[in-house]
Amino acid sequence: MALVIQRKPLSWLEKTYLPQILGGLKITLKHLFAPKVTLQYPEERPVIPENYRGVPTLVKDPNGREKCVSCQLCEFVCPPKAIRIWPGEIPENTETSHVEKAPDDFEIDMLRCIYCGLCQEVCPEEAIFLQDTFSVTGYTRDEFKFRKEKLYELGGTLPDRHYKWDKKKEAARRGNAH
Amino acid sequence: MDFITFLITVAKALAVVAVLMSFCAYAVLAERKVSAWIQGRVGPNRTTLPVIGSIPVIGPILTRLGMFQPMADGLKFLFKEDVTPAHVNRVFYVLAPVLALVPALVTVTVVPFGQYVSAAGEVVPLVLADLDIGILFVLAVSSLGVYGIILAGWASNSKYPFLGGIRGSAQMISYELAMGLSLLPVFMWVNAPGSDAALNLTAVVQGQQGWWLILWQPLSAFIFLVALFAETNRLPFDMPEAETELVGGFHTEYSSFKFGLFFVAEYAHIVIGSAVFTVLFLGGWHPFPGVPLQMEGLLGAIVSIGIFTSKVAALVFFFIWVRWTLPRFRYDQVMTLGWKVLLPLAIANLVFYALVIAAYDTLN
Repeated sequence: MALVIQRKPLSWLEKTYLPQILGGLKITLKHLFAPKVTLQYPEERPVIPENYRGVPTLVKDPNGREKCVSCQLCEFVCPPKAIRIWPGEIPENTETSHVEKAPDDFEIDMLRCIYCGLCQEVCPEEAIFLQDTFSVTGYTRDEFKFRKEKLYELGGTLPDRHYKWDKKKEAARRGNAH
Repeated sequence: MDFITFLITVAKALAVVAVLMSFCAYAVLAERKVSAWIQGRVGPNRTTLPVIGSIPVIGPILTRLGMFQPMADGLKFLFKEDVTPAHVNRVFYVLAPVLALVPALVTVTVVPFGQYVSAAGEVVPLVLADLDIGILFVLAVSSLGVYGIILAGWASNSKYPFLGGIRGSAQMISYELAMGLSLLPVFMWVNAPGSDAALNLTAVVQGQQGWWLILWQPLSAFIFLVALFAETNRLPFDMPEAETELVGGFHTEYSSFKFGLFFVAEYAHIVIGSAVFTVLFLGGWHPFPGVPLQMEGLLGAIVSIGIFTSKVAALVFFFIWVRWTLPRFRYDQVMTLGWKVLLPLAIANLVFYALVIAAYDTLN
C-alpha cells in the first residue's frame, strides 16, 4: 500500500521564506570560516592505506638480494598478459648462487596492467607487491613498459619474514637437503 | 566648454569606469573565493605573476588569495575561440553583449561615491554628473540592461536562449514595478517641505546624516533589495540564466569575449546595484548611523570614498553569500512573488509612509 505522507501546511512565517533564508545564511557563514578539506595535491599527498593496490613492483630482501626467481607464475596468472619474464641463470660462486634462478629481464606493460593483484597473490617468493604508487604518466607507449630496473626502483626493499634461501643454504650445509 | 575641461571630464569618466571594471574583475574573484570557502574548498590560489609573485612575503600571500586570477581570466576570454553559430541573427547577436554592459557603465555616472568639503565648508559631491533626476536616470538606464538579455535570447535563434530571454523580460517587468514603488517613500522622506532634493542622489545621502534610511524604512529597503536581486539576475532569481535548467540560458550560444562581456555585465550590475543601495539606504559615505562624516579637504574626500567602497564591497559579498546559500526559485514562484507579494507590499508600504509623513507634517 502506498504510503501517504501528511505534510503540515506552512505557517505564515514559513511562507515568507525569511526564517529559512536566515538559517541558511547562518549555515553557509559557518562553513565560510570552517577549516578547508582541500588537499594541495602535488605538494601534499594523500595517505595511502597499507593494503592499497597501486603499481606492481619488484622488491629486494633486506640483504639486497632480488627475490624474484623467475618462476613465471605471475606471467601465467596475469589476466591481461601484462607481465613478461626472461629467466636467467645465476653465475656460480657468487653470494646468491644458492638461489635457484633470477630474471634476466622483467617487464610489466602498465598500459595492460589492471591492478588486480593476482601476481602478488600467486608469487611464492613474495617478490612482487602492489605498492603505493598511484600515478603513472608518460609521453610514449614505451615509457609505460616498466623494465626490471624501474620495477626494482619503485619496489625498494621490504622486510622479509622467512629468508627462505638462506635457511635452505644453512640446511644444506648441515647435510639436510630440505 | 573649452578643451581642457572636456579633457578633465573624459579623464574622470575613464578613471571611474576603470575603477568599476576592476571592481567587477575582483567581484568575480570574490565570487570564486567565497563559493570555494563556503563549500570547504580553497579556491584559485596558483596563478602568479613573474615579478610581483616572487616578492618574499607579499607575493605568496597575494598568490594564495588569487589576486592575479582576474588577469588570467580576462586573458582567457580574449584568446578563446570565438564561435558564432551559423543560425544566429548576426547584427543583434553582436549587439546583445554590448547592450548588456553599456547601461551598467552609464548608470555609474549619476551615482555619488564621495564628498569633498572645501576649507570654506562648501560640500562638493564626487560624482560624474550630479543630475536632479538621479534615481529616475538610474532606473531608466539600468532597466535597458534587459534588452541585452532579450536580444541575446532572441538573436541566438535557439531554444534555451529563447526561453532565457522570455524569462528575463517577464522577470524584469514584474520586479521593476516593486522596485520603483519601494523607492517612492524614500524620496517622499527626503523631500521634506523646504528641501529642494528632488530626485537627486546626493541629497539622499546628505539626508542620512542622522539615522540611515534602512533604519527608518526597513520595509522599503527590503523590497528594494529583493527587487535588486531579481534585476541583477542573481540567485535565487537567476531565471534567464538557470544553468541547470536552460544550459546557460540567454548566453548559451556565446563564447569567448562576447560571453566575457555578459559575465562582466552581470557583475557590473551587481556593483552598481550595491552602490545605489548604499546611497539610498546605507547612508552613502557616512560611517555610522547618526555619525556624519565631517572631515575636510583631500583626506576627507579619500576617507569618504573609502567608506563608500567598503560598504559596496560588503553588499557585493552579501550578494555572493546569498547566491551560494539559496536554491533557485521556480519560474512560477518568481512570478507569484513579484506580482502577488512584493507589488502589494510595496503599495502598502507607500501608502503607510505617505500617511506617516502627512501626519508628521500636519502635526508640526
